[in-house]
Amino acid sequence: MSADRNLLKDLDYSVLQQCMHCGLCLPTCPTYLETRVERHSPRGRISLMRAVADGELEITRTFADEMAYCLGCLACTTACPAGVDYGTLFESARAEAERSGVSASPARSLVRLVSLRFLLFRPWALRLAGRLLWLYRACGLQALLRRSGFFSLLPRRIGELERQAIPIRRRFSDVLIAAVERPPGEARHRVVLLTGCIQDIAFSDVNRATADVLLANGCEVTTPRAQSCCGSLHVHNGDLETAASLARRQLDAIDPGRFDAIISNSAGCGSHLKRYHHLLAGDPVYVERAAAWSHKTRDIFEWLVEIGFRKPAAPAPVGDPSPVTYHEACHLCHGQKITSQPREVLRSLPGFELRECPESAMCCGSAGVYSLTQPKTATWLRDRKVANIRSTGANVVATANPGCQLQIQQGFRAAGGDARGQPRIVHPVVLLAEAYRAEARR
Amino acid sequence: MTDQLIRLLGPGQVLTQKEDLIPYSFDGTPVFRQMPAAVVFPRSAAEVVAVLGVARQHKAPVVARGSGTGLSGGSIPVPGSIVLCLVRMDRLIELDARNFTLRAQAGVLTQAIYDAADAAGLFYPPDPGSMKISTIGGNVAENSGGLRGLKYGVTRDYVMGLEVVLAGGEICRFGNKCVKDVSGYNLKDVFVGSEGTLGIVTEVLLKLLPRPAARQTLLATYSRMDAAAETVSAIIAARIVPCTMEFLDSKTIRCVDAYAHVGLPLDAEALLLVEVDGHPAAVADDAAQVARICGENGATSVRLAADAAEAARLATARRSAFSALARMKPTTILEDATVPRSELARMIRFIQETGARHSLEIATFGHFGDGNLHPTFLTNERDQAEMHRVELAMREIFAFALELGGTITGEHGVGLAKKAFLKGQMGEASYNLLRKLKATLDPDNLLNPGKIFDT
Repeated sequence: MSADRNLLKDLDYSVLQQCMHCGLCLPTCPTYLETRVERHSPRGRISLMRAVADGELEITRTFADEMAYCLGCLACTTACPAGVDYGTLFESARAEAERSGVSASPARSLVRLVSLRFLLFRPWALRLAGRLLWLYRACGLQALLRRSGFFSLLPRRIGELERQAIPIRRRFSDVLIAAVERPPGEARHRVVLLTGCIQDIAFSDVNRATADVLLANGCEVTTPRAQSCCGSLHVHNGDLETAASLARRQLDAIDPGRFDAIISNSAGCGSHLKRYHHLLAGDPVYVERAAAWSHKTRDIFEWLVEIGFRKPAAPAPVGDPSPVTYHEACHLCHGQKITSQPREVLRSLPGFELRECPESAMCCGSAGVYSLTQPKTATWLRDRKVANIRSTGANVVATANPGCQLQIQQGFRAAGGDARGQPRIVHPVVLLAEAYRAEARR
Repeated sequence: MTDQLIRLLGPGQVLTQKEDLIPYSFDGTPVFRQMPAAVVFPRSAAEVVAVLGVARQHKAPVVARGSGTGLSGGSIPVPGSIVLCLVRMDRLIELDARNFTLRAQAGVLTQAIYDAADAAGLFYPPDPGSMKISTIGGNVAENSGGLRGLKYGVTRDYVMGLEVVLAGGEICRFGNKCVKDVSGYNLKDVFVGSEGTLGIVTEVLLKLLPRPAARQTLLATYSRMDAAAETVSAIIAARIVPCTMEFLDSKTIRCVDAYAHVGLPLDAEALLLVEVDGHPAAVADDAAQVARICGENGATSVRLAADAAEAARLATARRSAFSALARMKPTTILEDATVPRSELARMIRFIQETGARHSLEIATFGHFGDGNLHPTFLTNERDQAEMHRVELAMREIFAFALELGGTITGEHGVGLAKKAFLKGQMGEASYNLLRKLKATLDPDNLLNPGKIFDT
C-alpha cells in the first residue's frame, strides 16, 4: 500500500455516504449518552472518517483516541434506518489509526505483540498461559501475594489487572469434549463446534453444555483439537493482517463443506465468524471457502430454533418459578441481530420465569478489551447494567458471551452486598443442558 | 473569543478542535455543510445570556442547536459562528397533573417528555419522526409535526409558555398555566417556528392531554390511488377524526415489502394505515365504521388489528417506510410539500409524473389526514447531473403545491433548504414583514443569520 493511500480512502465511498446523519443512532450510543458530544457518537465518528477519506483531515492522535473510545457495540447499526455498515467503517478506521502509528508507544506495542500476535495467535501459548494462571491460583501463590500486600508495591493498573484477570477452569474443552461425539439414535445433523479462546480456558463448561444440547437435539458434534482464535479481537483492535491469517488457518483446519453448520456459542466470535467472506474478499485462494464458511456459521440459539429444538419436559412442580433475566451480548443482538431465539430457549426452561431487563440491549462495558483500555466508561456501563439487572429482582442472569459474563460478575462483586444474594451469571445454553439433565434424573 | 467563552462556561463546555467541530458542521439535512468557529454547551439561561454577550462583542453569529436532526438546514452553522448546543440543559422541571402542564428546559428529549406524561396517565401528542433524540427546544423552534396532526395538531398547539433569551441578552417569559390569557400580544407564537432567528428558547411550558384509553389500528390496500383518497374524504364526511391516517404509494409499498417482508400486495397502488383512539366504546364504533367505509370505497383488502401485537405488525409497514427507502440509494432527500386534504390525489399524481419526466426515483408516503406528504428523492449527491434534475423536480413540485393552495413545508421548516421558495408562497408584503420583525428583534443580525430568508 503506497503512502498516500489509506484504508478509509480505499473504502467504497458509498459505505460512508450511506450515513444520512439523521441522528437516530445517538440515543443508543453509550459514549454519546455519557458525554452528549457529537464526536463521541456514531454519526460524529463517521463524519470524521469521511473527512479523512475526503482528505480534509489527517489521521491524528485525537482521531485514533476517538476510534478507541468507541465500544464497537454496534447498537447504532440496529437503530440506523439507512443500514449503514458501521462495523466495516469502524474496523477500517481502527486499522488505519493503528497503521498510521499515531498512538504507538513502546509499552503499547509490546502489549499488542504479546496479546494479539502471540497469545491469541498460538493456541498452545494461550492454553499454557491459562494453565500457569490456574496454577498460580491453585498453589496458593495468589493468596499469598495478595495477603502480603505485594500488589500495592506495583503501579496501580497492574494491581487492577491482577484483580480483573479471568478465572481459569481446571480442565479445558479438549479434555471435556471428545473429537467426535454421536447423539443417541440417528444423527439428523452434522455440526462442528467452535470452542473459542476465552470460552475455552474460562468457561469450558459452556462448551461442554453446548455439546450436550446439540447431542440432545440429534446433532453429531465434531470438535477439532487445539483450535485457533477466530481473530475477532484482532479485527476489533485494528490488526486486520493477523485476523486474516487466523481466518485462513481456521479454513485450513475445518472444511465447511463437510458440515451442516458451524456452531459458535460466543457472541463476539460468532459475529466475526460470519464475516470471514468479507475479511478474505481480496484473497482469491480462500474467498470461496470463506463464503461457504460465513454461510454455515450459526450462533447456537439461532441453530437450535432453526432445527426446532426439543423443549425440556418439566420436572415435578417445585414452588414458584425462579426469575431469570437476559442480558443481550452486543454482538449477538446488534452484530448478528439475534434477539428472539435466546429468549425462546429461556422461556422453554421449566422452573424459570423470564423477566425482561431495562436496557437489555445496551453494552455492559466489556467490549473485548475495552474494560482494560477505557476503564472509566467501562465501569460506568457496568454499574448501570448491574442496577438495571437488580431492578428485575432476578436471581439468574443469562448472557451468551464470556466477556459479558465476566464483566457482570465483576460488577456485582464491586457493588458489594451479601455474596449469597448475588445472582448466578450463566450462559443460557448451560441452563438448557441442566434442564435436559434434570429430565433424565426424573 | 474562545478564551472568553472558556472563562465563562468552563473548559468542558467549549469545543474548538477541528475533530470536535467537524461533527457539528451538518444536521439531518442532506448536502449542506459548514464548519463553525466553536461549539458551546450552556447549562442555564444565564449562561446563554453570557454567550450572546461574547458573540455581540465579536460580531460572531450564533446558531442554536439541539440534537441536530432538523431536515431543512436550520442548525447548519454559519461561517465563523458559535454553535449554541442546548442538549445539556436537559432538566424536566415540573409535571403538574392538576393543570395538565409540563415545564422543561430546552434540551429535554421529546421522548422523555412523552414518557413522563405517559407515566402520569397523560399524553403529549406531537411525535416527529426523530422524537427519540430530538429536543423539545428544537421542536418548538421548528414547530415540528408528526403523525397525529389531523386530530391533535402540531407542537405549536401544545406550547403554553416560553422562556426566551433575546439577541440583546434580555430574558423574556411568555404565557403561563392559564388556558385563557389575553394579556398583551401573543408573542410566544412569534417564537414558535422561528428557527432560532429571533431568540433562543431556553425553557418551555407544555400542555398535556389525558391519555386516550383505547386505540385501534386498521390497514387497507387499494389498486387505485383515487380510491384511497376517496376513502379519506368519506371518513371525514362521516364525522370521524382518526388520530392518524398514513399513506404509502406503490413505490414505497414495494420497497417496504422487500425490506420488512410484511406480505403487502405488490400490485397495490396505495396503502392506508388508520388509527383511531379515545373512549373504548367510541373507538370500537369508529373502527367498525372506518372498515366499512374502506370496503365501500374500493379497498382490495382491509385488516382490523385483533390485539396490540397485531396492531404493531400492521403499523410495521408504515414505520419501516423511511428505513426501507433510505437503504435504496446513498442520498435520501425527504421533502414535505403539503396540500389541503382534498387535493392529495392530484398532488401525488403530479409527483409521480414529475419523477418520470426527470428520470428520477421519487417515492411518496405521508400523513393523509393533514395533507402532509413526504415525496422522497432516492438519489446520489455525487451525481451532479442527477442532483440538478432533483432541483428542477423540486421546484415544479413546490410550485404545484402552491397552485393547489398548499405550502412548501408542512413540518420541516424553511432553514436553508426552502429559502428560495418562501417568497413565492408568501408574497412581497408578508415576506417583507418577516424581515422587519427580524430587524426589530435582532438588529445586529446575530441569531442564525441567513436562515429562512437572506438579510
